[in-house]
Amino acid sequence: MLPLNGIPTPEDIAAVMPTEERLSKGPVAITECFQNIPCDPCYHSCKRGAIKAFTDINERPQIDFDKCNGCGSCMSRCPGLAIFVVDATYSDSEALVKIPYEFLPLPRVNQIVTAVNRAGEELGNAKVVKVQNTKAQDKTALVWLAVPKNLMMESRHFLVKEVR
Amino acid sequence: MIHTEIAIVGGGPAGLAAAIKAARLGAGVVLIDRNDYLGGQLIKQTHRFFGSKQQRASERGIDIARELSDEVMANEKIVVMAEATVLGYYEDGVLAVEQQGKITTIKPQRLIVATGGAEKSLLFPNNDLPGVYGAGAVQTLVNVFGVKPGNRVLMVGAGNIGVIVSYQLLQAGVEVAGIIEAGPKIGAYWVHAAKVVRAGVPIFTRHTIKCAHGEREVTGATIVQLDDNWQQIPGTERLIDADVICLSVGLTPLTEILWQAGCKMTFVPELGGNVPLRSEGLETSVPGIYVAGDVAGIEEASAAMMEGALAGLNSASSLGYTGPDLNEDRANVLEQLEALRSGHVGEKIRKGLAQAAL
Repeated sequence: MLPLNGIPTPEDIAAVMPTEERLSKGPVAITECFQNIPCDPCYHSCKRGAIKAFTDINERPQIDFDKCNGCGSCMSRCPGLAIFVVDATYSDSEALVKIPYEFLPLPRVNQIVTAVNRAGEELGNAKVVKVQNTKAQDKTALVWLAVPKNLMMESRHFLVKEVR
Repeated sequence: MIHTEIAIVGGGPAGLAAAIKAARLGAGVVLIDRNDYLGGQLIKQTHRFFGSKQQRASERGIDIARELSDEVMANEKIVVMAEATVLGYYEDGVLAVEQQGKITTIKPQRLIVATGGAEKSLLFPNNDLPGVYGAGAVQTLVNVFGVKPGNRVLMVGAGNIGVIVSYQLLQAGVEVAGIIEAGPKIGAYWVHAAKVVRAGVPIFTRHTIKCAHGEREVTGATIVQLDDNWQQIPGTERLIDADVICLSVGLTPLTEILWQAGCKMTFVPELGGNVPLRSEGLETSVPGIYVAGDVAGIEEASAAMMEGALAGLNSASSLGYTGPDLNEDRANVLEQLEALRSGHVGEKIRKGLAQAAL
């Protein structure tokens, strides 16, 4: 449970998940933001209006999954690094997970890293497909990982295998 | 003796915001800070801030510090005294300031105290061993000087500071063995907690440090579980290898100047200790002395900037300065402060502030 150990429960996750049908249509953002805190940059970051306007700054973000195209521009604006993009249509066997990442060195494209879950437990290999690190992202890189489809809702971070 | 309209003690987020607002209305300001840079604790905050767009949410503290101090330095109405420590406030309203071994006296018409807070410590056997640090010191070493405090850290306290400093240690390539928290719940924003947990740092609530180990320096610690009455549960002791024990167990307002000035004070645990009674406009019981930021009650930097803005506007307007947007500006700041404190996480602050109203 989040307040006890920092790990969201399956029920927490289920409550913010897009439907299977939406996932089958392509990339979509998932806001793993489970606490009402005074914060709203995600709303201001979305150019498609896919994040519902906040009437109170303490509200949690609500995504209109039909408007969201999974571009990920909200991901690098979230101070909590709590937004992920999942693309279940990446290939027959693999899904794409975009992860906000603020560690150095950044991984290289095609590098094999170890995907980890929300508890920090290792899940297995994942391949880096793309690393986005533009000036607008201001040092919060987005790393695109290809993971087996059954791990797309588990993979939320990764470990770079080499020691620095 | 230097005569000025407004003196501001402390160049952190509250003091900088106060200086900018007061000077924009036309008031002459002397801003005093003991460091050789402005920004206070902001300069160590490499993470993105929460809050609203107007409070620069999603910007990193270090960038906010740069922007605010650039604006202050560029403003001709503001005189900055750096490496200057306020030593005392006298009955006749004179501040004694030490700067590079020289004492200067300043007589301001209005005084804004924005001195911030100081870290609390924790009592346990061997807490005087080298390797036991406050979180602020660890953050200074890592983020200001680029020095690793050690190789493996045990963090004590899972509030925002403990969790964020843990994250920054990971970014610096330092291992964090775990974060322990005596309370039943993680005090930090859960998104921060989730971020360090998925990076491999476990958080143990209802745990405290029993003692530190080591002869000449820290080599580890024994941690122990607590029951619901905060009593140690025998048999739950665990040895953690670590060469750093980092204490992040809260802050307390730095109120010496206010005591000296005779401001009415009150003890409010929700605000971190003794705080001044203040009006909605942030004036203390001593007319002409205002407070802003952590000295008025421990809160987030976003609230400190808003309080600074409010104290800056009010102190300048009390001197007769005004502007076309003054009332709107003031209402806007008050509204933002209320919004910041309105949610569930603001409950403690609201409860505390209710006890400090003048």
